[in-house]
Amino acid sequence: MNRRDFNQLLSMGTAGILMPSLPAFSRSVTPEQLLEPGLDVAIKKRLADAALNTAKSKGATYADVRIGRYLNQFVLTRENKVQGIVNSESFGVGVRVIVDGCWGFASVGDARDESVVAKATETAIKIAKANARLLTEPVQLAPQKGFGEVSWKAPIKRNAFEVPIKEKVELLLSCNAAAMQNGANFVNNVLFQVNEQKYFASTDGTYSDQDIHRIGPSFTVTAVDPQNGRFATRNSLSAPMGMGYDYLQTNPADKLTGVTTRYNKGYDMLEDITAAAKQAKEKLSAKSVEAGKYDLVLDPSHTWLTIHESVGHPLELDRVLGYEANYAGTSFATLDKWQTKNFNYGSPVVNFFADKTQQGSLGLVGWDDEGVKTKRWDLVKDGILVNYQAIRDQVHIIGENESQGCCYADNWSSVQFQRMANVSLAPGKTPLSVDQMIKDVKKGIYIIGDGSFSIDQQRYNFQFGGQLFYEIKDGQIAGMLKDVAYQANTREFWNSCVAVCDEKDYRLGGAFNDGKGQPPQSSAVSHGSSTARFNGVNVINTARKI
Amino acid sequence: MAILTQAEAKRIIDKALSYAKADETSVSLTGGRTGNIRYARNSVSTSGEADNLALAVTAVFGKRSGTATINELDDASLEKTVRRAEEIAKLAPENPEYMPMLGPQTYLQTNTYAESTAKIDPEFRAKAAFDSIGPCKTKNLTAAGYMEDTTGFTSIGNSKGLFGYNRSTGVDFSITVRTADGLGSGYANPDVNDVTKLSTKAATEVAMSKAVASVNARALEPGKYTVILEPTASVELLQNMMFSMDARNADEGRSFLSKKGGGTRLGEKLFDERVNIITDPMNAELPLSPFGGGGGGGGGAGRFGGGSDGRPQEKVTWVEKGVVKNMPATRFWAEKKGIKAIPPPTGIIMMGGTESLADLIKSTTKGILVTRLWYIRAVDPQTLLYTGLTRDGTFYIENGQIKYPVKNFRFNESPVIMLNNLEALGKPVRAGGHLIPPMKIRDFTFTSLSDAV
Repeated sequence: MNRRDFNQLLSMGTAGILMPSLPAFSRSVTPEQLLEPGLDVAIKKRLADAALNTAKSKGATYADVRIGRYLNQFVLTRENKVQGIVNSESFGVGVRVIVDGCWGFASVGDARDESVVAKATETAIKIAKANARLLTEPVQLAPQKGFGEVSWKAPIKRNAFEVPIKEKVELLLSCNAAAMQNGANFVNNVLFQVNEQKYFASTDGTYSDQDIHRIGPSFTVTAVDPQNGRFATRNSLSAPMGMGYDYLQTNPADKLTGVTTRYNKGYDMLEDITAAAKQAKEKLSAKSVEAGKYDLVLDPSHTWLTIHESVGHPLELDRVLGYEANYAGTSFATLDKWQTKNFNYGSPVVNFFADKTQQGSLGLVGWDDEGVKTKRWDLVKDGILVNYQAIRDQVHIIGENESQGCCYADNWSSVQFQRMANVSLAPGKTPLSVDQMIKDVKKGIYIIGDGSFSIDQQRYNFQFGGQLFYEIKDGQIAGMLKDVAYQANTREFWNSCVAVCDEKDYRLGGAFNDGKGQPPQSSAVSHGSSTARFNGVNVINTARKI
Repeated sequence: MAILTQAEAKRIIDKALSYAKADETSVSLTGGRTGNIRYARNSVSTSGEADNLALAVTAVFGKRSGTATINELDDASLEKTVRRAEEIAKLAPENPEYMPMLGPQTYLQTNTYAESTAKIDPEFRAKAAFDSIGPCKTKNLTAAGYMEDTTGFTSIGNSKGLFGYNRSTGVDFSITVRTADGLGSGYANPDVNDVTKLSTKAATEVAMSKAVASVNARALEPGKYTVILEPTASVELLQNMMFSMDARNADEGRSFLSKKGGGTRLGEKLFDERVNIITDPMNAELPLSPFGGGGGGGGGAGRFGGGSDGRPQEKVTWVEKGVVKNMPATRFWAEKKGIKAIPPPTGIIMMGGTESLADLIKSTTKGILVTRLWYIRAVDPQTLLYTGLTRDGTFYIENGQIKYPVKNFRFNESPVIMLNNLEALGKPVRAGGHLIPPMKIRDFTFTSLSDAV
């Protein structure tokens, strides 16, 4: 399921369409099985060594093996009904080798025996040898020191799988009831939880055992005006997070009040859904926007998606080089622009960094899927393009000899490749609150939450919607608007950024299912920002009559 | 390869059902092989092949259902899986919208399987890639492409005597060709059941000619233009519209088919009277599975619930002379509303005329030829307004001839409005798993320019 399908899933109303398929190569299990410990680390090491030894003895110059157990749980509800609960487990081994300068990959499900893993390794070697005949560019793999036997656990306070289903169902249904009481006609409310148990080993001498958790609460509230034949929706302002059940806090301490409440590392679903029901109704009679140029004030619950599309993707080196030309696309941010050292990606207040060590983020992990320790690095500094996102077989192209640690595969059965790190807009360096920012805006729109999104294949031209739009007149919020979307060119847009609020306003948004590759793989990634202001952006009115 | 015959599949499903103790039990057995080859920068980047065989059991007690899956088919595994589905069902919350399973059904015999596709091997895939990369290399163009072939079977059965079996094959090929200077790009995306009908070389040549012809595009002002949409351009907009026709959403007031004051727009003329849209699993060019993937009850959990409940796929007229004639509904909603429970459309056939794309161009005084629309996203579900961009070959037409390439546009348009502004329809061709005619549309709304190639 790609990101779009997932969004569609959340916004569809019918029972028939709502149920998700089991993820590929997975089986349906009981909730209790999600808490079973999986293979002992000593057995995983034996399986890994079977792969590495086979690879070395058959002429591989490099090999890595991933032993992965992927656990998912969906709880789906609408109004006062549980539509379904899906628990799934997927376990298997993926082996990647370099032979004759060429990659080969093979995988095997339910592998608990060394001979099965050795056989998969032999298949990977055969594929590498076959592909080597058509090879034009031999792999140049950046060196990587081995870390020995290491482990990493996501810093969660409460494992979501330990929470009884009953408690989750009660939470969702009580929130749905609150929405209905506050004017909603329909509610779809979904809770998605993931645990990736990943063991990685390579011929470099790393054996890493990692335990990764993610949680994604998400609802859509719909209000209908049958007299006028209109309807409006408001989606949750939650973010999918690299956290445990602790994200779902009642009355979290770090929320932000204002025109509507926004959340940081704790999410109060009941409060948000109650507001959503009222706001969906309010949207029905909101003023339709007058098209034109506006100064935009963008909340982090919105900006994450603009960052994702217009900064995260164009700075993926495989896209820049053309490896994604037939699917995700290429990039305007070509190497020659980077080489000038003065390409203004944005205004001087714009600083983007990639960071797979950020607490609470979806991309948070100790080591990436080719044994590189994760880190933080700059992409755009004081507005200038300074770097890309690259992995071990790419970094030589940008003159570096160490990978940035953003290699990922979505399953043991998928081959790992370069995926987006958490790419974020750094908070402003001088103290600035949202209220202070709005006070200076004469004619503007304050946008909260993510909505419709579309960008071209080289990431120049984009259009974004949102969940909530508020008109700003002479420094004051003047009421709700509807039918708003803004269109811009990536470089012009980020160069129109005149201010970014300080770190007190910094929050994460993100996507569970970012799609890339053929066959497509999904990846979860967060993007942080503080509220930011963009001057003179083109806003269109999206209302039509049919 | 894990392609079981109908008799083998029936034996396994019957065996699994023989262990069942629940009120209702359904079994779904699927298997097959998927192979792929991917290339970029004129070089193969990955290729692979995977077999799979999976059996799923859904057990139902009252309105509680549970699904368990397995990929081993010995008797002990079958029994274990049936017991596990029953355990999961007993713990599941009640689904008030659960519908009892269907009894025996009569399914059409459709022609979805081609031996030629089933025989594809790694050598064949390598040659398909070579046939695409070779011509590009010769002309100093850069190819990036992907071919995926699938050969599989689906069999369903349940404790009420329903049984169905179908084999199918399919190949999807996409190719993007770019000029060395990055100023031109072309695309083609044929899909077939029978691989003898696919030439990766011919498809690549289409993409090559589009790439070369699209270099040095000129900028036109955004605005309303007459466009000729190739099927690759219009298919996703049409598909999105057809997938938004659900009866329940319309009844609930949250669909483009909801009526002011309540009710639906079934029976209303919403489009130009030349618009006729059907689905037909027996169509020779676009054969489809005669049933959905399940066999379980409606509204049940997991991949086997909902619309995939073993309902037969039959010929359905969705739009006739511009009038909405049918809307899909779940069995639950159909019973509640006393309407026919028509499964959601797959394999859309939009009827057209006899004219070719060239004929449509010839009859155009001023217009824009669009090869492809991309990154299409819903802007307003109320009006089915979508946004997205042209790409891989956008050309200005004047007095019946292609004059020059133009820069890509962003559009904001609704397929409902588009199908009212119809000027002409050509001969339908297969695109993205549907049969779609090239179409000429007036007043198509382009809202901004893109520098992307």
